[in-house]
Amino acid sequence: MSILGQAPSAMNITLNGNKTDFDNISTISELLENLDLAVDSVVVELNTKIIQPDSYGATQLGEGDGVEIIRFVGGG
Amino acid sequence: MLTVNEQQVSHEAVQTIGELAAIHKPLADLFILNGYPVPSTTRVRDGDTCTLIVKGEIPTPEEMNSLLSARHTPGVQERIRNSTIAILGLGGLGSAVAGAMAKIGIGKMLLSDYDIVEPSNLNRQHYFVDQIGMMKTRALKENLLRMNPSLSLELIEEQLTESALPGLFAKVDVLIECFDDPAMKAATLRCILSEATMQNVAYVGSSGMAGFGDSNTIQTKQIRPGVYICGDETSAAGPGQGLMSPRVGVAAHHQANQALRLLLQEDEGRKH
Repeated sequence: MSILGQAPSAMNITLNGNKTDFDNISTISELLENLDLAVDSVVVELNTKIIQPDSYGATQLGEGDGVEIIRFVGGG
Repeated sequence: MLTVNEQQVSHEAVQTIGELAAIHKPLADLFILNGYPVPSTTRVRDGDTCTLIVKGEIPTPEEMNSLLSARHTPGVQERIRNSTIAILGLGGLGSAVAGAMAKIGIGKMLLSDYDIVEPSNLNRQHYFVDQIGMMKTRALKENLLRMNPSLSLELIEEQLTESALPGLFAKVDVLIECFDDPAMKAATLRCILSEATMQNVAYVGSSGMAGFGDSNTIQTKQIRPGVYICGDETSAAGPGQGLMSPRVGVAAHHQANQALRLLLQEDEGRKH
């Protein structure tokens, strides 16, 4: 594998069980924005720990992290 | 042996359903033999199922319980009767879930909603036109007690927030999330997964049931043992895709059945 195969800013995280590369993100807020998910209608678990919404901006993601996102849609 | 009003009885002394009624239900004015109304002079045979009815008579709590025990088997019914559930949001999902749980004789229900019955609700929510303007909690209580007068119901009429949930619901067996608002749906699951005091509360949430898409795309999905979400995960309510009674009902009954399964300890991967 080439050492030039990956841009320095790319990060691989396991999102809902799938290994996925993301460019230019470092926090949960940025991940949600990248995925176009509304902050207030998701539940986010980082490495099996539930993250509270007021910490999304401050919670850093790292290479190899496991992230589970459960998204809710309206209606009941 | 005969089955009379769901109980096994010997019929040595009787020949007709009228004679049977004289012993077991003297005021009966309607005689059902193996599912069909018959005259009181109809003969009964070993193995027959007889239902003796006094028109307009409301069964006592003991009679209701024995009817349900006979239908559901005593062990199952005892569990159901000793259980407490909470239903959060009494719209299309919540009102239908509540009806299903009332009919199977759940012991206690905490019913939570701060809204009133509006005309636009009636395309899917289990209220009547003459209940428009009532608090949903009170209208639903009225309706549920007509289905099963033995229910114990507690009404919570405040607008719920994430931080209020543990104080109100930490002692229920199953919490059933039936909110319309996706933010409160997410908040409820987050609370269940992160609050220590909610660890023993099983959860059945909901996401995606608007419109009239394929029924079979609505599923019950395990998040982890004791934590489930029902719906298709994508069909949001919005312009061009309204909430409609049939599909909301499919999702609601997924929720009700999963709640029942949890009460009966049918929960893959969970230790009891």
